[in-house]
Amino acid sequence: MLFLRACLLALLLPMFAAPASAQTQDFDALVTSLPEGSYSARGAVVGAIALTGDPRAEAILTALLDGALGVIETTGQVVILAPAPADALAGTPLTDAEATSAERIRVNNGLRRDIRAALGILTLSDPDPAKRLAAADAAFRAPDAAQYELLDAAFQREENPAVKSRLAEARAVAILDGDFPDAEKREAIDVIADRGDADAQRILTPFAASEDPDIAEAAAAALASIEQSRMLWGQAQNIWYGLSLGSVLLLAAIGLAITFGVMGVINMAHGELVMLGAYTTYAVQETIRQNAPGLFDWSLLIAAPLAFLVAGAVGVAIERGIVRHLYGRALETLLATWGVSLILQQSVRSIFGPNNREVGNPSWMSGSFDVGQMTVTWNRLWILIFALAVFAVLLFVMKRTAVGLQMRAVTQNRPMAASMGIRTNWVDALTFGLGAGIAGLAGVALSQIDNVSPNLGQSYIVDSFMVVVFGGAGNIWGTLAGAFSLGIVNKFLEPYAGAVLAKIIVLVAIILFIQKRPRGLFAVKGRAVEG
Amino acid sequence: MTFKAKTLFKAGIASLLLSTAAIAQDDTIKVGVLHSLSGTMAISETTLKDVMLMLIDEQNKKGGINGKMLEAVVVDPASDWPLFAEKARELIEANGVDVVFGCWTSVSRKSVLPVFEELNSILFYPVQYEGEESQKNVFYTGAAPNQQAIPAVDYLMAEEGVERWVLAGTDYVYPRTTNKILEAYLIGKGVAPEDIMINYTPFGHSDWQTIVSDIKTFGSAGKKTAVVSTINGDANVPFYKELGNQGVSAEDIPVVAFSVGEEELAGLDTTPLVGHLAAWNYFMSVDTPENAEFIEKWQTFIGSEERVTNDPMEAHYIGFNMWVKAVEAAGTTDADAVIDALPGIEVPNLTGGTSIMLPNHHITKPVLVGEIQDDGQFDVVWETDGLVEGDAWSDFLPESAVLTSDWVELKCGNYNTETKTCGGASN
Repeated sequence: MLFLRACLLALLLPMFAAPASAQTQDFDALVTSLPEGSYSARGAVVGAIALTGDPRAEAILTALLDGALGVIETTGQVVILAPAPADALAGTPLTDAEATSAERIRVNNGLRRDIRAALGILTLSDPDPAKRLAAADAAFRAPDAAQYELLDAAFQREENPAVKSRLAEARAVAILDGDFPDAEKREAIDVIADRGDADAQRILTPFAASEDPDIAEAAAAALASIEQSRMLWGQAQNIWYGLSLGSVLLLAAIGLAITFGVMGVINMAHGELVMLGAYTTYAVQETIRQNAPGLFDWSLLIAAPLAFLVAGAVGVAIERGIVRHLYGRALETLLATWGVSLILQQSVRSIFGPNNREVGNPSWMSGSFDVGQMTVTWNRLWILIFALAVFAVLLFVMKRTAVGLQMRAVTQNRPMAASMGIRTNWVDALTFGLGAGIAGLAGVALSQIDNVSPNLGQSYIVDSFMVVVFGGAGNIWGTLAGAFSLGIVNKFLEPYAGAVLAKIIVLVAIILFIQKRPRGLFAVKGRAVEG
Repeated sequence: MTFKAKTLFKAGIASLLLSTAAIAQDDTIKVGVLHSLSGTMAISETTLKDVMLMLIDEQNKKGGINGKMLEAVVVDPASDWPLFAEKARELIEANGVDVVFGCWTSVSRKSVLPVFEELNSILFYPVQYEGEESQKNVFYTGAAPNQQAIPAVDYLMAEEGVERWVLAGTDYVYPRTTNKILEAYLIGKGVAPEDIMINYTPFGHSDWQTIVSDIKTFGSAGKKTAVVSTINGDANVPFYKELGNQGVSAEDIPVVAFSVGEEELAGLDTTPLVGHLAAWNYFMSVDTPENAEFIEKWQTFIGSEERVTNDPMEAHYIGFNMWVKAVEAAGTTDADAVIDALPGIEVPNLTGGTSIMLPNHHITKPVLVGEIQDDGQFDVVWETDGLVEGDAWSDFLPESAVLTSDWVELKCGNYNTETKTCGGASN
């Protein structure tokens, strides 16, 4: 232990500019020198701070890593800015004036690595298992043979199984990094191979070319088995990506399945209705940020009904104002709604400006989790769930409610429906409004994964029509099947053909498919076809 | 002989047209601004239009140039490449402008080149681009590849020890040419071809799941990996979001971007991006008195403390000041006289140096590598010792290594140093 410290210090000393030896430098002087010098010199200071073993070191280094360590320029006083502003060394609280005058100390990649390594040394024996796990992780990511003894000691005394297994891996990479006997290295390779993931592959690849035949063979065997399991997981991952892309397509297209599929209106402004939904989300988030920051995680749930209402209202206005005068004249409808789309785009540009607007991810939509060797991001998962929920609700409305029955009746046989006492005008407006409102809901979801800009809608309009036509106009289930099959096919092609070519291949395939089956996957049969 | 006579004749006609237009228009100097105010590129280009209005406004407060006031003529080419050519023609022929500041994408620049050549006017182009071009009527105030891409790769190789490279870009001329140059450069530096992965995506690509996962897989081969991104426009936002969500941190696989600036980051929660890099010739965070003054003027002009400044804005600042100096020196706004006066003009840039217009119509610039901070600003982690001269023809591509551009001595944009001939009329 002592030997190791001496070793580390010897390494640090040449980088450390001060003439006096680091051992005699007291903790305070080290901390005060943190804001000065180049990143690499400060990295050395960070290492020296960790080695002092001072109880204040952890809090200071954590603050530095989080960008919460500051310096008051005039006095050179180092302060912790968050959560409660205080002097970093004395721990005395700061006045507001002092806290605002402090400048944040900046960190870069290299320095962040140094801080994490230093924190790892400090927290290997922390009472909190989560912190020990993080420390083991840091050691695993920055393999250093010099840390072997520390890691080994921590491994021997560790009792928490999760932390122990992570420590075993960290210890193994330290062994692989240094000059250890072959038998130990073989053992280490086995430990790493058990992970069976990308990290294991990264660590083991260089050893497959090792000069020692035993080690090379063990590494190569481990790599082969990793490769195989990764291939299988790769397929699963592709299916997941396909489902996720499919859910985005479904959301974008499902409103169109009503306006175009059921009503037969070629609505070129569909994408702009999606955009309106996204901007509604932005407006809701801005209001929440200013008035009730605590509600931020709920912002999407609040935005969803509002987006439905805003887009739905605009939809009804479009139907009443323009589309109803043009029923039966497809070409004119197309041109008129395209004009509407330009008007909507430019008005949003004038109101909100041409720049992208920032829509934040609530905490429950950020990050990812691993299923086996597959990474599933939370935002994509929620969007998939949301898309299916919207689909289910829409299906229910169309098939199981009186309004849905009237909508279907009017689109299938208008004179008959009218003679049964249905106010067809109102049903038209309502149907169009429903489709538009659902487009607004799609906007809420898309704001989480795409840019909120006036052009948001344009990128989805072609895809939406593609899905509806492919799935079969007039059939909501067809839209579901169309969206998911296009998503999955696209994602399976992408690794081989590239994103650009994959899109082209899918488009060509759809054109050929439509030649064969002009009414799409699930053609509507019977007399309704003519309606 | 006939060629020369023709040019003279053309120039004569052009200047005649210009001068009559100028007389008809109340004796002001007209400055054309050709930036998209609608469509996909509006997000980037609108700011440049505003900066031009500010610079012109300021010059007028100083009394204009040679006693004449400046007048801005703004047109909107609507992110539509052929429309750029039409609008350029409209500016020069119908409005009689003496100079045009404009374009962003390379394809829009390529679209207006023939117009500027035919009508013999002047274009200042403010954006980093792929090089492989030098045209008599165009002045390139953005970075050539040797002023951005090459130094950034050098930094990653030297400071981060990167050995494996992903070159990811949007599918059009700038990324494709830049990646071709970078690939040749890396292979020349001893990087094995299997350690380079090249990937292109369409404009506005939003589903990055597969590509980010491919990058992760590519990065798990035991060598330090970095991504060099020439992804353009708003496709960057979902790209970085996906990186953050899939847990690719800058400490594992840093991404260095050539098209991501302060303006692009303004629409983004930057927390997951901290540590990723960008290479530019200017950052808003650069601490010089000139820059502080520029930022203050800009925020006062635009009426918001929130607005940021970025690299192409600085390029317009340099270009505009160079043009003003050249017009003052030439004593006229006549295109030929100003084109002759421009090479050699020196103006201060915003990073504390002095940029010079070179005979190849490119300028000298410092190269800065910055890390994204959580406030959406960049922290400079590395910069070149002095200013780097823009090289129109890359030395790393065999077909362009022999070419040189010199509009002062050789009067040629693509002089072949081996055959000692000028390669063609333009380009």
